Amino acid sequence: MSIPRPKPERFRLRRTMMFMNAQKPGLIKDAYIYGADSIMLDLEDAVAENQKDSARFSLYHALKEIDYGNTEVIVRINGLDTPHWKEDIRVCVAGGCDGIRIAKTESAHDVQVVDEAVTEAEKEFGVEVGRTLLMAALESPKGVLNAVEICQASPRLFGVALSGGDYRKCMQVKVIPGGIEMLFARGFMLNAARAAGIQCFDTVFTNLNDDEGFRAEVKQNVEMGFDGKSLINPKQIQIVHEMLAPTQKEIAEAEKIVRAFREHASEGVGVFTLDNGKMIDIAFVPGAERVIKLAKASGIYEGDL
Amino acid sequence: MELKAVGTAGTLESSDVMITLEPRDSGGIDLTLESSVLNQYGRQIKAEVLASLERLGVKNAKVIVNDHGALDCTIKARVECAFYRGCGCDMDGRFDWGGVIR
Amino acid sequence: MKNAVGREIPEEALAVELKNGRKYEPYQGKGYRDGKYIKKAGPTSKIYQKPQESKLLPSIRDAIIATGLKDGMTVSFHHHFRDGDYIVNMVMKEIVDLGIKDITIAASSLGSAHDPIADYIEQGIVTGIQTSGIRGRMGDVVSHGKLKTPAILRSHGGRVRAVEEGDVHIDVAFIGAPTSDEYGNARALGGKGDCGVLSYAVPDSEYADKVVVITDTLVPYPNFPPSIHGVNVDYVVKVDEIGNPKKIASAAARMTQNPRDLMMAENTAKVIAACPWFKEGFSFQTGAGGPSLAVNRFLEPLMDEKGIKMAWAIGGITGPICELQRKGKVGKIIDVQDFDVAAIEDIRTNPNHFEMTASEYANPANKGAFVNKLDFVVLAALEVDIDFNVNVITGSDGVLRGAPGGHPDTAEGAKCCVIVTPLTRGRMATICEHVVTVTTPGDCVDVVVTDYGTAVNPARKDIIEALDKAGIKHVPIKELQEKAYSLVGKPDDLQWKDKVVAILEARDGTILDVVREIKPYEN
Repeated sequence: MSIPRPKPERFRLRRTMMFMNAQKPGLIKDAYIYGADSIMLDLEDAVAENQKDSARFSLYHALKEIDYGNTEVIVRINGLDTPHWKEDIRVCVAGGCDGIRIAKTESAHDVQVVDEAVTEAEKEFGVEVGRTLLMAALESPKGVLNAVEICQASPRLFGVALSGGDYRKCMQVKVIPGGIEMLFARGFMLNAARAAGIQCFDTVFTNLNDDEGFRAEVKQNVEMGFDGKSLINPKQIQIVHEMLAPTQKEIAEAEKIVRAFREHASEGVGVFTLDNGKMIDIAFVPGAERVIKLAKASGIYEGDL
Repeated sequence: MELKAVGTAGTLESSDVMITLEPRDSGGIDLTLESSVLNQYGRQIKAEVLASLERLGVKNAKVIVNDHGALDCTIKARVECAFYRGCGCDMDGRFDWGGVIR
Repeated sequence: MKNAVGREIPEEALAVELKNGRKYEPYQGKGYRDGKYIKKAGPTSKIYQKPQESKLLPSIRDAIIATGLKDGMTVSFHHHFRDGDYIVNMVMKEIVDLGIKDITIAASSLGSAHDPIADYIEQGIVTGIQTSGIRGRMGDVVSHGKLKTPAILRSHGGRVRAVEEGDVHIDVAFIGAPTSDEYGNARALGGKGDCGVLSYAVPDSEYADKVVVITDTLVPYPNFPPSIHGVNVDYVVKVDEIGNPKKIASAAARMTQNPRDLMMAENTAKVIAACPWFKEGFSFQTGAGGPSLAVNRFLEPLMDEKGIKMAWAIGGITGPICELQRKGKVGKIIDVQDFDVAAIEDIRTNPNHFEMTASEYANPANKGAFVNKLDFVVLAALEVDIDFNVNVITGSDGVLRGAPGGHPDTAEGAKCCVIVTPLTRGRMATICEHVVTVTTPGDCVDVVVTDYGTAVNPARKDIIEALDKAGIKHVPIKELQEKAYSLVGKPDDLQWKDKVVAILEARDGTILDVVREIKPYEN
């Protein structure tokens, strides 16, 4: 039995990316039911050093036999400084995961090394070359400072994510409400990602009892322009989805832009004015389309676009 | 690849299965099965374990299966892991994904 | 003969003799006995006309002798001490030591605290079991055919009906009580092992020929207001300990942190809020299990949003509903059992938290129990099948390990009965083609909420309409069952021997299903 998975989409909605220990059968068998856009099966930190082999066997059969439906399946592989990552890549590609999260990325070279190993594995296992996507996790000041080159390192790369735990350790800071300790990393990484045209994801929030703190952080993520967030518990998913959902006013405006643009484009007009006097050109359209997509995913869109 | 020593994989947690493979020279497969869902799935668990062992080329072994409601994909994964451990394989070696592991 | 839920009821079960000579019938569908009459079977009660200072006897043994308990008689117990109970084992040991045989135990429920009874069953001393719950070793030996007569399993309401109707006649009731005076006025508060209420023991005190109260805390006469009235009590015995207080009153039931349970609880609350009965003054009952309990938490914001309050809550009571009442969101709590220290503490101090009898709670044959006015009940299940039949008694191995409890009573009574259960547990498909044993008939079950989706009984067009209107997705239950089997594989049928080991009574006293002796699995 093998469940066919559709070809991964490089730029899709990734509001929530939930970590799951690839070694725990009870977790991975149906991790998709909570509605995360992506799940991240973890071969790295969650798996004990002497269970790395066992986790790969579990992962392989899970990828092959569990129907994850529309949920994206990413695998976090072990760092390039470990003996595990090469075999991790082979099993990911052989199993047919949608993407690989590279832990502790510090340079464009790191991404390229993984890219090459993925290409090799795709050839070995008869997978279409280029199918497997990548994302890079920045976990150190070096990684953050190299974000610009990292973000442009591979056509497989759909995004970068910040990993706060290790980063904070390197910076000798602790978690501060309001996130002043992460302000530079977040802001710089966002700029690097946007400059390269890829997505950007914020780090996990680990205090599961602090709902208020979590909401405040998500609010800040939204305001700063993150595409989504890594999560450690399913109960965080709905909160992120709610807070990322556009308002009815935003949806209405986005609808107007998309409709008007389609109309004008068919008449060969590139720039036009909306009824509220706002000048619109093609640059507005991707943003408007993203709002509609978010609204649909949030279950609040009732239009027909 | 040959089973040389006792190989064990899995845990006793719910939804998991613990597999122990012990090599022997003859006598075929001697399977002992304990399961929390024995009456309803004993037959299927046994079949899954035996099919995996056959793919892996194990002809003679003592096999102990202690199941707590594992799905087929987990049963296969644990049998394979126990086997390669019993063979003394490098845990980061190149495994036959999609070949005998399937 | 097939009954109304499609179960084959063998002659062997229909021929089981009830004490009053009533003949068993197969289950006929819900509400079958509505409007008919019963003749209540009164006890033969001893007259105490001469003044008497005290009913105290020195020991349980003396009490057993004084009651005249003989071979072939029926003794009864309640289960308010839950897993902390010492009473059943203490009394049964004395009965056995006195050489009395052929005893039927008619308890409101039995649990894993009562493993020693399994030995008496195997020795042929205990020959009949009538209970709601049966678990542990006792469940095991009964499932393996060691009990001489089929066990009779009843709901809490069904038991009161059976006692009142005389299906079972209790010769001697042994009632453990946290406190009592020398005349047998017994309460569930003020002792060393408080259990809050003694609701399930009340019918026993009224319908047994002889009543013995056993306590570890004697208090001055009169111990008022009593749960068990001294006028119904023959003897009082003081022992060192009635039970283990830590297990009688377990630590406050904690809200589950399991994300799956929380998700199901939230969806259950949304289903409730979408129904037309979710309005000012609604009534509610929920179980003490993980997802059922968590429904309380998700219901509160929905009540706030709509600006409504709950008029009353009933059932086994836990801390969370008491807390909701303290916030002014519940009118009255009417209590039949306390599941945690928080509930016991609440009934001690809260003037709007009341004790009711088992009959008031759930008896289908009185003139209208609380369950008949219930709007919503949220219940758990071991299995639910595609006809909405529920099993809460037999495990996936066919062995008895549960209790119908108030499940069938509240399901039939409530306007909307919601079952909340994960689609699979380990490899067991909870939503299945046919439940191993029917304990609550599908015609009483309205909504099933799982982690993979919600299904509504097609007979409940009104609920379907309400959910559609609220935009709550639901799927045919068949779809859930197919999804479950696609995950875990289709289970093999259990293998049974012919012998009927237990009869599952519907609450009206007809037969819902039988459990047969399990055939050991062959490798």
